[in-house]
Amino acid sequence: MKLTLSGIDRSFGDVQVLFDVDLVLNPGEVHALIGENGAGKSTTMKIMSGYLAPTAGQVLLDDVPATFAGSQDAEGRGVVLIHQEFNLAEQLTVEQNVFLGHELRRGPFLDKRAMRARTQALLERLNCKVSPDARVRDISNPDKQMVEIAKALGREARVLVMDEPTAVLTEREAEVLFEQVDRLRAEGVAILFTSHKLDEVKRISDRVTVMRDGRVVAQATTAEMSEDDMATAMVGRDVSSLYPARTRPVGDEVVLAVRDLNVPGHATDVSFDLHRGEILGIAGLIGSGRTETMEGLVGLRTATGRIEMHGQQVRFDRPRAALAAGMAYLTEDRKARGLLLAKGMRENLTLQSLPDFTAFLIDERAEDRALDRAIADFDIRAPHRKVEVGNLSGGNQQKLLLAKTMLADPEIVIIDEPTRGIDIGTKQQIYAFIHALVADGKSVIVISSEMQEVIGLADRVLVMRQGRVAGELTGDGIGEDRIVRLAMGLDGMRGAA
Amino acid sequence: MKLDLHVLGPILALVVLVLVGAAMNSNFLSAANVTNVLSRSAFIGIIAVGMTFVITAGGLDLSVGSMAAFIAGLMIMVMNGLLPTMGPGWPLVGVGVGAALLAGLLAGFLNGFLVTTMRIEAFIVTLGTMGIYRSLVTWLADGGTLSLDFGMRTVIRPIYYNGILGISWPIIVFALVAIAGETIMRRGAFGRHAAAVGSNDQVARYSSVDVNRVRMLTYVFLGLLVGIATIMYVPRLGSASSSTGVLWELEAIAAVIIGGTMLKGGFGRVWGTVIGVLILSLIDNILNLTDGVSPYLNGAIQGVIIILAVILQRERKAEG
Repeated sequence: MKLTLSGIDRSFGDVQVLFDVDLVLNPGEVHALIGENGAGKSTTMKIMSGYLAPTAGQVLLDDVPATFAGSQDAEGRGVVLIHQEFNLAEQLTVEQNVFLGHELRRGPFLDKRAMRARTQALLERLNCKVSPDARVRDISNPDKQMVEIAKALGREARVLVMDEPTAVLTEREAEVLFEQVDRLRAEGVAILFTSHKLDEVKRISDRVTVMRDGRVVAQATTAEMSEDDMATAMVGRDVSSLYPARTRPVGDEVVLAVRDLNVPGHATDVSFDLHRGEILGIAGLIGSGRTETMEGLVGLRTATGRIEMHGQQVRFDRPRAALAAGMAYLTEDRKARGLLLAKGMRENLTLQSLPDFTAFLIDERAEDRALDRAIADFDIRAPHRKVEVGNLSGGNQQKLLLAKTMLADPEIVIIDEPTRGIDIGTKQQIYAFIHALVADGKSVIVISSEMQEVIGLADRVLVMRQGRVAGELTGDGIGEDRIVRLAMGLDGMRGAA
Repeated sequence: MKLDLHVLGPILALVVLVLVGAAMNSNFLSAANVTNVLSRSAFIGIIAVGMTFVITAGGLDLSVGSMAAFIAGLMIMVMNGLLPTMGPGWPLVGVGVGAALLAGLLAGFLNGFLVTTMRIEAFIVTLGTMGIYRSLVTWLADGGTLSLDFGMRTVIRPIYYNGILGISWPIIVFALVAIAGETIMRRGAFGRHAAAVGSNDQVARYSSVDVNRVRMLTYVFLGLLVGIATIMYVPRLGSASSSTGVLWELEAIAAVIIGGTMLKGGFGRVWGTVIGVLILSLIDNILNLTDGVSPYLNGAIQGVIIILAVILQRERKAEG
């Protein structure tokens, strides 16, 4: 089925967010929609799939004007949106999720046998090995993504709209997803997806539409556009120097020495050093224990082992203790663990460092001054100061989270997925902040699933696999191929320096 | 500046009630009636201030009514028991007061311990302790009434009936508790932490907030305030029975909700709770003073107001 957007405008109140958007999704074609956060991608996708109505312009299905009464109506006609945040009932099984709201019946009863057979068939078609009986809360992110797709296919989707399907996947997992996308394309499904990862766009799409500030600024076949062209079109300026150059050499002083750190069930005998002014990258597949190791280090999880800061042995049983010693951890999950989405920027900014703002009562004026500084230092762009943090874009949320962490003035900062799901312009800024930190003599540990990020930022890389350090790469030895081989267990400890 | 119904709603409701009351009965605004209403709302009010913190931090406490009855019984038994050795007088009152505060503290600690360390749902924990305290006070009173010795009653009476400058002690204590509560909620680190924990305990944990300690403290404070409320209550009747404090927990929770605190936690305001308490007692008072509507409909009218308050809260959400 062909889906066409023709001259779409959309306003929220007085604010127009889409201007004259034209876009065609052809059957058997993968269309990538790219743009910075706030460029209008989400609104465009919501209009396509019936979640929002256009203020002006038309949606056409197979060249016939279509007005969707809502997302249910759109789904009924074969247009399905897969949300970035999974829309699955965690406590139900895979099979129950696939048929949620559309259960097959035999008389008044559920036809379990037929649903089982169809679920099995859908999962096989997607080459997904998860059991229909598994509870969704127990399966991995890529498998959840597959269940979402199976659910869409179960609704006879002919147009599949995917909002950042790879945001929570590692590169290898994304590759599995793309194999399935290839298969669906061959079956004649029209597919639209968004991504901030331009190499993926290059890899999987046939056609690219670039949006900026609510307008389509470029549209071409993927073959005609290089990744640089895409980035330039998105940002409207040159972004060739995404990673800043180091301005100050890494110091010799070991600020953190970790020996045989064990986090039960997640990490085994992890040892490493961190030097003053160093950026240490931690790579590895999702589930390799990267996050859990760091959480164990700062007292968010039970851990055993020897930790020394400046040669003094320390032990953190709670994050407050780590913070007091000068070590802060910035979570990978800014929405569920990083920020209070229903609260304002001020409350979020000072939550971690509240004791510093409290004598007997909280000094709200000092808080306001801190917020002024944070807004200036981290270039946080908010419509107004009282805005609920949940209404900020992902990039601005990430900057606020960074500002919150830095407010405690830690000497060692552990940043887990510093740029997940944010646009390239903000990425560049965050990389610059990280470099400013090390230039200032602080030390940074960066955990990232994005290979380019680890390679671009880190002075030294630890690759983790199954809860252990699989290898350490330095200088010119840091390369995509080496990291992948270590992460997948294809190399031994040869890389250890 | 847009008028925020969410903020003004409870205040408007209170103003309307006062006007209605004044129009229907000339005695309504008399000093005697106002003192009566305020003094009687003090018990629930003091408890509701503590309840505001518990709910803001994402918890709930159903046990406070039974807890109050149990503490009242305990306080009376302690004073009666020591009467032969200490004789009637203020030292004995002091011991009774100390016993009530200690019992409140321990009861709150028990609830907090079961919720935090034992990780049992607050609803289940406090449903359990509610039954336990209610049963204990019935058992202590042997199914009847625990009465304070008559000589002691005379000594202790002024705690409820006297005051300074014509304002009775319960009103003064309620006002002090409310002011302290509002200050801590709005400007204290503890209030901010309680709201953070109720809003998203994972975010709080990752922000180095000691989530269990904050939760525990909300229950301990509430227990302590139940103790204080009981100290005000015992002098009024000088007795406790299995029917003491029945449904106080629901009135306190209702006052908190009417005041605009979110039942699921994350946002609380103590001044709203105070207004909620006043609204509930005024409805009761007006129905008693006027002939038009039967006082037996008190519960129905309060129920309607609670539901209306929640609907108003939700609409604000939908706009945002």
